[in-house]
Amino acid sequence: MSQSSRLDQLRGSGRAKRHNARTIAALTGNPGCNRRAVLDAAGVDKTGLAERIGFPGSFGQSRFALSRGNAFEAMLKADDCALLRSVLDVRDDLDYTDLGEDSDGTLGDRSARTADLLAGARAALIDHPLLTLDIAGQTVYLEPDLIAYAHHGRLQVVEIKSFAIIDDQAESAKVSAAAVQAAVYVLALRALLTRLGHDPSLVSHEVVLVCPRNFSFQPVAVVLDVRKQLSTLRRQLSRLASVTTLVDALPAGLTFDLALEPSELVSALGHIEARYAPECLSACELSVYCRSEAAGSTGALGRTVREALGGIESVEEVLALAEGRMAPSEEQTEAAAVLQAALRLRSEALS
Amino acid sequence: MALSPRPALVRPLALVFLRSPARVFPRPLARVFPPPLALVGGVVSTLTALARAQAVVAGRAQPVATVRHLHLHDHPMVLIPLTMAGEANAPLAAMAGTDPARPRLLTVAQPRNRDDRFTFAADLAGLLVPYLDSFATDTEDVPIDRGKDVRQRYVDAPQIWVPNPGGADFLRLFGRSTRFLKIDGEHPVPPAVPLLGRWLTFFANSAEVPGSSLLVNAIQALGLHWVTGQSSAEDAQFAVQLAWIESGAEAAREAENGPVAGPATDPDFDNRVLAPLIERSDPALPRVLHDLLLPTWERMWRTLALLRRLPAGDRVPLRWDTDRDAFTAFAQNLAEGGPPQPRRDGAVAAAARLQRLENAAARYAVQRAFDDPLVLAEYRLSGAAFAGVVTLANPDRVDDSGKRPVLRPRIMVHTTEPVRVEPGTSLTSPSRPSQKARVISINPAGDGHDVLLELSGGMGRRLVAEPGSVPTVGERLILTTLSEAYRPGGSLPDPAETPWTHGGPPTYDPPPDQAAPTAEPDASSPPPVLAPDAASPPAVPVLAPDAASPPPVPVLAPDGASPPAVSTAEPEAAALLAVPVADPDSAVSPAGAAVDPALGGDLAAVRDSVVSVEPAFAADPVSPAHPSDTDTRT
Repeated sequence: MSQSSRLDQLRGSGRAKRHNARTIAALTGNPGCNRRAVLDAAGVDKTGLAERIGFPGSFGQSRFALSRGNAFEAMLKADDCALLRSVLDVRDDLDYTDLGEDSDGTLGDRSARTADLLAGARAALIDHPLLTLDIAGQTVYLEPDLIAYAHHGRLQVVEIKSFAIIDDQAESAKVSAAAVQAAVYVLALRALLTRLGHDPSLVSHEVVLVCPRNFSFQPVAVVLDVRKQLSTLRRQLSRLASVTTLVDALPAGLTFDLALEPSELVSALGHIEARYAPECLSACELSVYCRSEAAGSTGALGRTVREALGGIESVEEVLALAEGRMAPSEEQTEAAAVLQAALRLRSEALS
Repeated sequence: MALSPRPALVRPLALVFLRSPARVFPRPLARVFPPPLALVGGVVSTLTALARAQAVVAGRAQPVATVRHLHLHDHPMVLIPLTMAGEANAPLAAMAGTDPARPRLLTVAQPRNRDDRFTFAADLAGLLVPYLDSFATDTEDVPIDRGKDVRQRYVDAPQIWVPNPGGADFLRLFGRSTRFLKIDGEHPVPPAVPLLGRWLTFFANSAEVPGSSLLVNAIQALGLHWVTGQSSAEDAQFAVQLAWIESGAEAAREAENGPVAGPATDPDFDNRVLAPLIERSDPALPRVLHDLLLPTWERMWRTLALLRRLPAGDRVPLRWDTDRDAFTAFAQNLAEGGPPQPRRDGAVAAAARLQRLENAAARYAVQRAFDDPLVLAEYRLSGAAFAGVVTLANPDRVDDSGKRPVLRPRIMVHTTEPVRVEPGTSLTSPSRPSQKARVISINPAGDGHDVLLELSGGMGRRLVAEPGSVPTVGERLILTTLSEAYRPGGSLPDPAETPWTHGGPPTYDPPPDQAAPTAEPDASSPPPVLAPDAASPPAVPVLAPDAASPPPVPVLAPDGASPPAVSTAEPEAAALLAVPVADPDSAVSPAGAAVDPALGGDLAAVRDSVVSVEPAFAADPVSPAHPSDTDTRT
C-alpha cells in the first residue's frame, strides 16, 4: 500500500486536517511524540478525536482577540499599505501585489502565482502569498502574512501580530511562537527559491514582526533573528521523514476514523506511543487524554521534577526506592540513595 | 524541547520582554548569583520533587514549609482584575475590598472606550488610595547611623493580594498606562488616575523584590508552602492549586473546568457570554461578572485563612520592616511631589536596583533556611549544610598567638551526613546565627565524619564565653555555609557621572506617550491612518540590513523554546529573573563594547544589565517624529 493511502486509511472517512505554520511549529515543541507525528501526518482531526474519546480540550480563540487582530491588519494594509510601508520603512513606489483569494478550489493556482511573482524578482510587497513545504512526504500549503522584497533584493517575511509591545517589551511566549511560525515561512520561501533556481540565501533570516505599540493601535516593527528557530525546524523536519517508518510499523488496518466507538479509538491510540509533557496542555488538542494516560509517571510532573527524581519513570517506583521497599537497579543506585536521604530529611523536618 | 545553547552570533533579546509575564529568559543569570543561590533558583530540588511524588500518591498537596514565609496582614486588600482579550491590558472588571463579606465590583461597560477605562481607573483609585493612605499616619523612630540619628517609619504598611502572577502583571501594566497621564490640558483625566498609576507601579516593583510582602499573589504564596501532585504549569490555575491543598486530587480535576481567576477570561466565555452582553450594552454585565469573580474572591480569603494557620517564620517581621521602609519612602516621595517612576531605569539606577534585588534574594534564601528546618533540609541534601552531634568541646580555649589573646573555643561535631566543605570554610548554625564556626579539619570517623570547628563571635566580650553561647557535648547542631552576614554592595557613580560606556548620563525620559489621547478606536472600525512623516521616517527596521546606514534597531532573538514555567515554590528566582539583565551584544551603539573600569569590579557582574539599558534610549522609537504614541489614536 502506498504511503499516502496508508495515511488516508489511518484518518478514515473524515477530511484531512491540513498542516499550517502553527502545527508545524508545534511539532518542534515536542519532537519526541510519535503519536502527534503520526496523527498530524495523517491529517487526523485531533480536536474531534479528543472529544469523541471524552477528553475535550479548550483551544478556542476569543472573538475579541480575533477582531482586534483583523482590525489591526486591515488598518496596516489600508490605502495601499500606507501605514505598513511607513512602519517597514519601504519606498512608496514599491509594488504592492495582493494575490488575494484562490481562483479555484485547489490551492495550486495561488501558489503558482506566488512562484511566478517571486521568479520575476521585482521589488514588491506581496500580500496573501501561498508557499509550500514538504512535510514528511506531503505538500503543505502555508500562508505568511506578507513577503517584502527589500531594497537590496532580499526577501523578508513580515508577520503581523496583534499583541502589544510595551516599552519595547512583549510576552516572550508570544514572541517565541511568532518567531517559530515565521521561521517556517522562511524555510518554505527558501525551498521555493531553490526550486526556481535562485539563491535561497536571498531570503533573510531576519523577519519583521509588526505589532501594536504600547497601549495604542499604532504599529511598531521589530526585527527577529530566527536562525536558531530555523536550525531547530530543519532538524525536526528531517526527523519527521521517519514518520514513514512509524506508520509502517503500525498494525495493518489501524484507523482513527471518528465513526469508531470511543473504546476502539482509545485502543487504537494505544498503538502509537505518546510523549506527554505538561507543556503539551497548551499546544496539543489531544493533551488531556495523554495526560490521563501518563498519570502516575514522573514525566507528567514536568521535566525538571523528573530529572530531580533521578529520571525514574513512575511515582510509585520513586516512593518505593525512597522508602527502601524496592531494590534499586544498578543505574538507580545513586538516585535511590539521594531519594532515601531526601525522605529521611523530609520526615525529620515534618515530625 | 532540547535546544542547543544559544549560538554566539545570535544577538540575544535586546529590548523586548525584559519583564514579560512569563518572566523566564534564557539569560546568563547564574553568574550574577553567589553559589548557594543556585540551589533555589529555577532548579527543582530533589526534596521538592519527592514531595510532589508523595502528593501524587497521597492525592493531596504536601507541605514544603513548616512556617509561613511571608507577612500576612491583618487587613489585606484583595484585588482580582479581569482584562479584555486581545486588547493591550484593557481592564474589564475588578473585584476588590478588605472585607470578605463585602466585595466591591468595578466594571467597564465598554472596555475599548477610553473614557470608560479612566472612569474605572478613577474608581479603583477611590477604592485603593484611601486604603493606602490609612497606613500613612502613625510613625515610629528607627535609629540609624549607629544610634546617632533616627528616621521615621510608618508603623504599618498596606498589603495587596492578587490571585496569580498575571494579576500582578496587570497592575504593573495598568500602572504604566496611567501614571504619565495628564490631569490638565487637552485630554485631562481625574487626578486620582495618575496617582493610582504611581502606586500600582510601586507595588509592582516591590513584588519583584524577593521576600517582599507588599503585593502578594496567591499562587506563589501557596506554592511556597505546599506542592501539589501535578506539574507547576498546571498549578498556574489558582482554583486547581487550592483544591489540591484543600480537598485533593479529585476536587482539583473538577476545578479545572471552573471559572478562571483572571486576568484573562476564557475564550469560550468571551464568545458565548461576554461579547453579546458588551455588544448590546446589557445592564446584566455587572451581575454576570460578579458571578464570575465571586468564586475566586472566596478562594482568595480561604487562601489567607489557610496561610494564617501557619506560624510566621522568625525572620518574617524583619522583612516586613523593609517593606514598611519602602512604603514610607514612597509615600514621602509622593508627598514631596516627586516625578512618576521613569519608563526605564537609567544605567546607574538599573545597576543599583539589580544590586538591591540580588541582596534581597540572598537574604531571603538564607532567612528562609534559618527559619524553616524543611527549607534547610534542601541545603543538607545538597551538602551545603549538615547536622551532627557535638562530641568534644573546649569552650575556654584562648588563642594568644596574636597581639591580643582572643577567645576561640573549639568543638568536634560528628555527622553521618555528607560534608561537602573544605577546611577553612566558615560555617554558621541557625541556632547561633551571630557565631562563626571555621572548619579546622574533617576526618572520617565511624559511619561518618568528625568535623573540628573553631568558634568566634556571639560569646560576649570577655575571654570566658557567656553561658550557653558555646555548644556543649551532646548537643545536636546544624551547620551551614549560608550566612546572614551583611554583604556590602559595590559603589556606583552618581547618575550624572555615568560613563559613556553605559550611555552617559541619562537623558530626560521621553515625553509621556499619552500626550494627545483621543477616543479609543473600535475594533470594528479601524482608526484613520496617520500620514507617515516623510521627512523623518520612524527609526524602525531595516528591511535591508546591509543598507548604507540603518537606524539603530533592536534585534530580537527570541528563544524558540517555550520558556519553562517558574516553579511557584521559587519566588526569588521568579522575581530575580525579572531583573532587567540583558546581553551587551544587544547594544547597537558602542555601549556594549567595553566596561569602564571606573565602575569597578563589583559592577562587572551587572554590566550586562547596565549596558542593556542604554540602547533602549538609543533605539527607542519614541522620537519627535512620533510624539503621539497615544494610549489611543487620533
